[in-house]
Amino acid sequence: MNKIITILASGLAFTPLAQAVEFNQIQAEKSTLGFVYKQMGVPVDGSFKKFAAQLSFDPAKLNMAKAALDLDVTSIDTGSDEGNDEVATKAWFNAKTFPRAKFESTSFKALGGNRYEVSGKMSIKGRTQTVAAPFTLNQQGSSAVVDGAFVLKRADYAIGEGAWADFGTVANEIQIKFHFVANAGK
Amino acid sequence: MQYLRQLNLSNRYTKTAMSLHWLMAVLLVGLFAIGVYMHELPLSPWKLQVYSWHKWAGVTAFILVLVRLIWRFTHRPPPLPINTSRFAELAAHTGHALLYILMIAIPLTGWLMSSAKGIQTVYFGIIPIPDLLAKNKELGNLLREVHEMLNFILAAIVVGHTGAAIKHHLVNKDDVLTRMLPRWKR
Repeated sequence: MNKIITILASGLAFTPLAQAVEFNQIQAEKSTLGFVYKQMGVPVDGSFKKFAAQLSFDPAKLNMAKAALDLDVTSIDTGSDEGNDEVATKAWFNAKTFPRAKFESTSFKALGGNRYEVSGKMSIKGRTQTVAAPFTLNQQGSSAVVDGAFVLKRADYAIGEGAWADFGTVANEIQIKFHFVANAGK
Repeated sequence: MQYLRQLNLSNRYTKTAMSLHWLMAVLLVGLFAIGVYMHELPLSPWKLQVYSWHKWAGVTAFILVLVRLIWRFTHRPPPLPINTSRFAELAAHTGHALLYILMIAIPLTGWLMSSAKGIQTVYFGIIPIPDLLAKNKELGNLLREVHEMLNFILAAIVVGHTGAAIKHHLVNKDDVLTRMLPRWKR
């Protein structure tokens, strides 16, 4: 009896290790990067059409995990054509001088269950800030679905200067929502 | 003739009907002017503010027209002057019916347009009004055309309505205009 329990217990103990896989093949066509901004109190959805995400994440080896994101700021869809033209201008992303925004992870931590948090450096418009984003990771067969969100303050990156700097029309807080599907690699 | 005029003078619109009529008159002229002005504006915080004000005023007009319709159905308006021709009577009733239909249809198309354009209407930036349509760019543009067209039809009928009231006052010398005006001391 004791033996059986020992075997079972060791089996359980080994289960996570046996399943431990590194998810590192981002499925670009199944992944999305969106945001919600508020204008005059109205939440409006937007998205980034062109971005490249990299992930190497093994839930059992968080200290080795890495995530990186590189996005084309000219691919921002604010929900309207005139908005899309506007955000490329100097006051917003200054896309000519700073065509890309980047995120690079520095650390991951487990929040319990399937919840984790990634911290890292976000660089937009020549300014770098430390950000942290909680996310969930749900394993589905040999792939993982990552869903998370965090609030980015546009003023931290001088996104929306001059007449737009006031938060009365466009709020400072921009919610960024990410949904990544990553397959397990070798 | 003197007798007839006196009879009609006692036959006035209620204070509530007058208040609603003139409040709507001011709102509709203001909404129309703002609508014509705002869509030419380049994107700016000012434009976003003006659009929001237009939407809030439009929601207010929509609520007021519903109140007005309830009042209209529960309070018989004073009859037309006895000597009104069949044609003038038909024109008056058709004109009034169209005014009510447009006062309902115009805010509705504005509301639908906002939904289709992905920018929800949030009354005074506080009360979200449910989106009736999912975001759809083509439909949004179509609804904008419809909203604009209905407004020009409304403007034409309002001109006719005003012209008819002035004609009653100056040519027919009856009380059709004055019975909608607050009683002045004589």
